[in-house]
Amino acid sequence: MTDKKKIKILVVEDDPDMMDQMKIYLESENYEVIAACNQKEAEPLIQPGGFQAAVLDLMMENPDSGFVLSHKIKKLDAKIPVVIVTSVTKETGFYFDKAHDPKAWIKADAIIHKELRFEQLKAELKRLLGAGESHA
Amino acid sequence: MPDPLPLHQLDVLIVDDEAGMRTGAERSLEGFSVPLPDFNETVAFTVRAAATGEEALAALKAKTPDIVLLDYKLPDMTGIDVLAAAPEPHFLTIMITAFASLEVAVTATKRGAFDFLAKPFTPEELRATISKAARSIYLHRKARKLEEEKRQVRFEFISVLAHELKSPLAAVEGYMHLMKERIKGPELAGYDSMVDRSVVRIAGMRKLVMDLLDLTRLESGKKKRALETVDLVKAAGLAMEAVAALAEAKGIRVELKAPPALPMNADAGEIDIMLSNLLTNAVKYNKQGGSAVLELERLAPGSALIRCTDTGIGMTEEELGKLFGEFVRMKNEHTRAIDGSGLGLSILKKVVKLYGGEVRVTSKYGEGSSFELSLKDAEVPAAGTEPALRP
Repeated sequence: MTDKKKIKILVVEDDPDMMDQMKIYLESENYEVIAACNQKEAEPLIQPGGFQAAVLDLMMENPDSGFVLSHKIKKLDAKIPVVIVTSVTKETGFYFDKAHDPKAWIKADAIIHKELRFEQLKAELKRLLGAGESHA
Repeated sequence: MPDPLPLHQLDVLIVDDEAGMRTGAERSLEGFSVPLPDFNETVAFTVRAAATGEEALAALKAKTPDIVLLDYKLPDMTGIDVLAAAPEPHFLTIMITAFASLEVAVTATKRGAFDFLAKPFTPEELRATISKAARSIYLHRKARKLEEEKRQVRFEFISVLAHELKSPLAAVEGYMHLMKERIKGPELAGYDSMVDRSVVRIAGMRKLVMDLLDLTRLESGKKKRALETVDLVKAAGLAMEAVAALAEAKGIRVELKAPPALPMNADAGEIDIMLSNLLTNAVKYNKQGGSAVLELERLAPGSALIRCTDTGIGMTEEELGKLFGEFVRMKNEHTRAIDGSGLGLSILKKVVKLYGGEVRVTSKYGEGSSFELSLKDAEVPAAGTEPALRP
């Protein structure tokens, strides 16, 4: 890693252990984690310059908390990459990413299914942040 | 005047080789309607006619009727043959016969005939039989709908259960992956908190499975009850001991207000489920340094009141409304760190019902909750019979 300032990632997740793991992992990858455990706690954190990427759980206090947060983040700055983490597909059989392009209405840049491998999260963040930097 | 009930048409197929019978039946049912206030509907009839077995089969194939008036003796075959050759008999058959022999009746009933009309019959007799058939059709439909709803509830229960079981698995799995990657370096001590959390999540999962078994046993009525004289005060003492460590960790004072003894005819295990459930919730959903009071009172001979009041986090009206749902766990900033299966109150409610009682809850958000159970002595089963659960 270079001596650049650490990239800040907003992580919103209501399972304390999943949050803990995400934090351990992302910090080991030299990111700085800004943690919020639900939609309500995350909303005031959506501020200009607050973070450079977001990883959001989908279902928290509301079944669509992740979407709502994603929408608010994109409204603030459409260039901030948003990854939504969900297990909805497996449980309900609803596929977000097959028939329709999810990005059209979900407004997230990537959707990762739970039981996620951390490498997958790392790869998505690298890809999305890399793309963002090239625009800057 | 009350509003007229919405009108629904039932499709009747009359199969008879006598033209007079066909027009007679059509006329009898024309403009005839049956009010079914229980189902909030009025039923009227549209009539189709067929003169032979072949015609009848063609009509059945074209559109499945609701009711078939079927003559036994047709030119080309018998009514029984028609029933045998008919596609899926999703209709209700009324056999018309001039020869009401027992043999015909038995065979026709085996083939699913609902009723018989002996020739000759009056329009009133026909209408009476048709009314009975219409009522039966609606009863069946209602039963099917209830069955469908039950299946839906079951499906939802299993979906949520799967989710509740998966969450701790995912958490433990995640820690395992981090450990496998030696994310905290080679020293085992670096992983202590991961191991601790994994143990906590697995314990939570075990509790969920145990609660699920309790709930299933209660619902199936398979659980044997050992009814005896149980002193609620003694039982409360034991339940308070069991919750003492948890209470101490949160600095919560648990107090008992009770007469010296309060004997009831009960199953000691069930009494413990109730008391432990109340106390555990009063401690878990309490504030640091709060208090919980368990009160036992004799209401009348053979009945008792258990009240558990806490100075906890309380619930909003909305949360209170959802409280007794299965797997409902109040998710807010106060309850985040509290674990539970979400089945405790479902179990409590079912057990209280065994004692002819109910659970009353009052709560104020931020101030605390009070749960009140009214119990009656369990009924002593007659000597020599198995103790059984009441439904």
